[in-house]
Amino acid sequence: MTTTTSETASSNTADSPPRLEVSGLTVTFGGLTALDDVSFTVADGEIVALIGPNGAGKTTVFNAVCGLVRTRRGEVRVGGVPAPSSTTGLLGAGVSRTLQGLGLFEHLTVLENVLVPLTSVGASTSTSVDTAQEVLGALGLSALAAVPAGTLPYPERKRVALARALVTRPRLLLLDEPAGGLGATDIDQLAQTVRTVSDGGCAVLLVEHHVDFVMDVADRVVVLDFGHVIACGTPDEVRRDPAVEEAYLGVPVSAGGALGREERS
Amino acid sequence: MERLVFLLSTGLARGAVLALFALSLVIVYRAARAVNFAQAAMAIVPVYVAFAVTAASGSYWFGLASALVVGALLGAVVERWLLRLVPQDNPLPGIIVAIGLVMVLQAGLAIAFGPDHRPVHAPFSQRPFEIAGVGVLSPYDLFVLVVAAVVMGALAILFNRTTIGLQLRAAAFAPETSRLLGVRVPRMVTLGWMLSIATAALAALLLVPTGLGLDPHAADVLFVNAFAAAVIGGLDSPVGALVAGLVVGVLASLVTGYASAATAPLAVLALLTVVLLVRPHGLFAAREARTA
Ligand SMILES: Nc1ncnc2c1ncn2[C@@H]1O[C@H](COP(=O)(O)OP(=O)(O)O)[C@@H](O)[C@H]1O
Ligand SMILES: [Mg+2]
Repeated sequence: MTTTTSETASSNTADSPPRLEVSGLTVTFGGLTALDDVSFTVADGEIVALIGPNGAGKTTVFNAVCGLVRTRRGEVRVGGVPAPSSTTGLLGAGVSRTLQGLGLFEHLTVLENVLVPLTSVGASTSTSVDTAQEVLGALGLSALAAVPAGTLPYPERKRVALARALVTRPRLLLLDEPAGGLGATDIDQLAQTVRTVSDGGCAVLLVEHHVDFVMDVADRVVVLDFGHVIACGTPDEVRRDPAVEEAYLGVPVSAGGALGREERS
Repeated sequence: MERLVFLLSTGLARGAVLALFALSLVIVYRAARAVNFAQAAMAIVPVYVAFAVTAASGSYWFGLASALVVGALLGAVVERWLLRLVPQDNPLPGIIVAIGLVMVLQAGLAIAFGPDHRPVHAPFSQRPFEIAGVGVLSPYDLFVLVVAAVVMGALAILFNRTTIGLQLRAAAFAPETSRLLGVRVPRMVTLGWMLSIATAALAALLLVPTGLGLDPHAADVLFVNAFAAAVIGGLDSPVGALVAGLVVGVLASLVTGYASAATAPLAVLALLTVVLLVRPHGLFAAREARTA
């Protein structure tokens, strides 16, 4: 179960600004309001899960944080300052993300995949290789360092994608469906890794369909539906929230593997 | 037997130049995701500059260095201020622009320097060494082989052992993902063009003394054969370009020696056809196509 403490559960009590602060975020695509006045925070060392049915706006939140979509109203702050809009600026601010669909360089080796983000933060080649090897070791990928990423089975590829996001030692980690397509053993291992990362002080925001994983690992859960935040709280609070059950067409959230209305994307 | 040894060794030297030019096509293919049909014309412009620099300074080496520099600059200029303005969603506009560029460059050279062949002297003797009475490589052939090997080695180190090489490879195969990871993809594309045209210019510079001399079309046949070699090798594969370049060079030399010079292009075409029938993506093609 989660090791939630009262400090991490409610980031508002922290003295320093939250690692990520999304306030009043509104994003529209033409006539469609993808996000409507969305606000939440993620503190250092906190794990927040963003859940909601397909099309609720979860990926759009990630894209807005990364400056990939134009926001209509509202603000995203990272470490108390407005989020940089360039990729290099974000890396400099300690933000990294995994991509939906992994986005590995299939023909490059596992080590090279993990080295790519380090090339753009101007680390020297030898320290980069050391850092990359260290992260690969932590994720149990050392033996696969020289293997082309495209030849690996899916769970290993997923870990390579995670390693690539972790190698820049982020202060804010955005994970897009990290448990998707994984079996129980791999999900346990993933939960372990995410907890270790967050124990190191990193703020983690994750989008996930796998409810058991979310309830296990998250300190707080933000539920989106049609671009609105319909619930926000600890996993237990959210699990009991009637509005959440309704959003999932009456399927109790605690019932099973995936949330009712969703499909894997 | 003597004839065979001579043809094989000459073929190897010609093949080294072919391999170098084919490698330049692979580099630009990786950067631009298209075959550069202006490669021959773009390669020959720096050779004219090298010719002028050598004539003015009396040094072959100044000429060689200027060919590399001008080749790199030309690559950057053409990519930044011409090809980047061309719509990228289908390959046709790029091909048409490349053909237009060929016409402009070759006509420009003919206007500036005249359309005639200019004799170009090799920096070393072209008379073959004799080993046990058998003519093998000339000193110039040896020079060509050494230069080609050094340049290929340097490119291999650059691409496989350096930070910039990793960014070049990442950007070539998955530009969108690379961008999200902070790689400056447009810069990598420009750099790919610079490396490619400098390499092509060097290959053309090495070729010219062995042919009829310098004229605006002096690299055209080299382009055709190197294109065949690059396709045989797999277009995406530097190793493929190297191996196929040498094979095509030796094949052309053997066919020229035992049959006739006119038959050589047919032999290359036959080899290309057979390879494409057996392996449509070339001999050394990557297992799967690049990701977007
Ligand atoms: N680039 C875009 N252009 C137009 N509509 C978009 C775009 N991105 C997302 N949307 C729309 O915004 C809504 C939210 O999408 P998304 O954030 O991807 O949902 P989720 O990740 O929760 O499944 C959906 O209706 C989707 O169709
Ligand atoms: Mg999504």
